Amino acid sequence: MSKAFRFWGLVPAWALMILTLIVPILIVAGVSVAERGAYGGFNWAFDLSSYRQILYTVGWTDELEFDPKYVLIIGRTLLFAGGATLISLLLALPVAYYISQQSSRLKTILLYLVTLPFWVSMIVRVYAWLIILGNDGLLERIYRIFGGADISGFLFTPGAMITGMVYSYIPLMILPVYASVEKIDPALIEASHDLYGGRWTALKRVILPLAAPGLTAGSILVFVPCLGTVLEPMLLGGGKQLMMGTLIQTQFGGARNWPFGAAIAMVLLILVVLTLLLNARRAGRQMEATL
Amino acid sequence: MKQPNIRAYPGLRPLSILFFLWLYLPIAVVVVYSFNDNRLVSVWTGFSTKWYAAALANEALMSALEISVMVAVIATLCATLIALLAAIVLTRATDLRFRRVSETVVNLPLLLPEIVLAVAVLILFSQIGLTNGLLKLVLAHTAFCTPFAFLPIRARLQGMSLDFEEAARDLYAAPFTAFRLVTLPMILPGVFAGAMTAFVMSMDDFITSNLLNSGGATTLPVYIFSLIRQGTTPELNAISTLLIAASLLLATLVLILNVRAMRRG
Repeated sequence: MSKAFRFWGLVPAWALMILTLIVPILIVAGVSVAERGAYGGFNWAFDLSSYRQILYTVGWTDELEFDPKYVLIIGRTLLFAGGATLISLLLALPVAYYISQQSSRLKTILLYLVTLPFWVSMIVRVYAWLIILGNDGLLERIYRIFGGADISGFLFTPGAMITGMVYSYIPLMILPVYASVEKIDPALIEASHDLYGGRWTALKRVILPLAAPGLTAGSILVFVPCLGTVLEPMLLGGGKQLMMGTLIQTQFGGARNWPFGAAIAMVLLILVVLTLLLNARRAGRQMEATL
Repeated sequence: MKQPNIRAYPGLRPLSILFFLWLYLPIAVVVVYSFNDNRLVSVWTGFSTKWYAAALANEALMSALEISVMVAVIATLCATLIALLAAIVLTRATDLRFRRVSETVVNLPLLLPEIVLAVAVLILFSQIGLTNGLLKLVLAHTAFCTPFAFLPIRARLQGMSLDFEEAARDLYAAPFTAFRLVTLPMILPGVFAGAMTAFVMSMDDFITSNLLNSGGATTLPVYIFSLIRQGTTPELNAISTLLIAASLLLATLVLILNVRAMRRG
C-alpha cells in the first residue's frame, strides 16, 4: 500500500469526525461556560453560572439557595438507566442461556428474532407502548376483562418509561451475554455436578463467573444509551418525569437556555465517558462483535 | 433410566417463550390495529384498509418520506465511501501509526450519547451560519452512520484471506486493479450490509433530526412524532405498519447477506 493512500484513505474519516464531532463537542464545552444571551443563544464571556444553576438558584438578594430540582433529574436518570439495565440483565441471562442450548439452526433463528425489533424505527417501538399502556389502551382493557377494577394510569409513570427503555435496548444485552454463555464448555458444568454441586451451585460457581464478561459488556451497552435517552421520557413519561436527555433537548427548544443545556450535556458526557472508561476495552470489542 | 439434562434449568423455556411474545407484542398490536375500521385506536369494529389509503394520500407524510429517503441515500453513500477507505487502510496498511486512535475516532458516534452529538452540531451550524436544513441533516447523518458502515466492512476485510490479493499482485495487477477485480467483489456483501445498516440508522433517526428540524427539512420520524403529539390515530398505525414492513425487509436482506458472507468466509 502506497504511503499516499495510507494517508489519504484515512483523511475523510478523520476530517468528518473532527468537523462534526470533536470540534462541536469542544464548542459545547465552551458554550457551557459562556453567558446566556438575552434573546436565546449565548455570548462568549466566561461565566460559570450554568454549572451553578445545576445546584443552586439565585434568590432575591443574590444569595445562593440549594435547589435539588436538577440534581433530582440527574439522580432519576442514573436510577432509571440503572433499573432498566438491571431488568434487562435479569431477563437476558435466562433467555440467552436458553438460546445457547438449542440446535444451531434454532439458535440462528432465535438470535435473528432478538435483533429484528431493533431494526424497527425507535419512534414506532415507543409509540407501540403508548397504545398498549395508554388511557383505554390494551392493558387496561385486558385488565378489565379479567374483572379488574376500572383502573387507569399505566402511562406517564416510571414503570412505563423503564418498560420502554428495556424494550428499546434489550437486544444489546442479549447478544453479548449469549456470546459468552455460548462458549461455556458443558464439561465444566458436568464437572461441577460430579463434585456434588447442584444446579444452583453450577449456576453460581460456573455459569455466572463465565458469563460475567458478557454481562458487563451488555450492561454498558444498555446503560449508556439509557442515560441519554430522549423518546421514552418524552412520550411514555409524559414530560413530567424529566431525564437528562429531555432536559437538554428542552434547553435548545422552547426553554432556550443554551449555556445551561450545554452544561447538562457536559455532565451527561462525563457520566458516559466514566462508564466507558471503567470497562473501555471490553465494551468496545463486544460492541463491534455485536454489530 | 434417562439421565436428567444437567444443563437445563426449570422455567427457562416458558420464560423464554414469554420473552419472545413480549418482544413482538407491541409490533403486533400496531399492525393489527392499523386494519381497524374505527376512528378510535383501541376500539375494534371491523377490518378495513382505509387508513392505508389515507396515509398514502397524506401529502405532508409523503414529503417527510421524500426528505428522509434523500438524506438517508446521500448520507449512506458518503458514510459507506468514507468507511470503506478507512477500513481498507486500517486492515491492510502495515506498521500504521495511530491505528487504535483512528479506529476509536471512526467509532466515536457509537460510544457517545446521541443527544450530546446533536446539540454539538446544532451549536456548530448556528455558529458558522449554515442554514440549509438538508445540508445540516446530511452532514450530521453521515457522521453517525459511518461506524455502522465501517464495522461490517472491516469484519469482511479481516475475514478474507490475503492470498487472493497477493496472487493478483504476483500477476502484476496494479494496486487499484487488484482491489477492483479481487478485493472489492469479495467484500461486497460486507459493503452492502454496512450500507444498508447505515441507511436504516439514518431513516430511523429521531434525536438529531428533531433538534436540527428547521424550515422544510422535517424527516419521517420527526413528522411521526408530531402526529403522536396530536394523539393516536389509526392512520398513524398504518404509517407505522408500513415503516415496520420496510425495516423488517431490510433487516432480512442484511441477515441473508451476512449469512452468505459467513458461509463463503
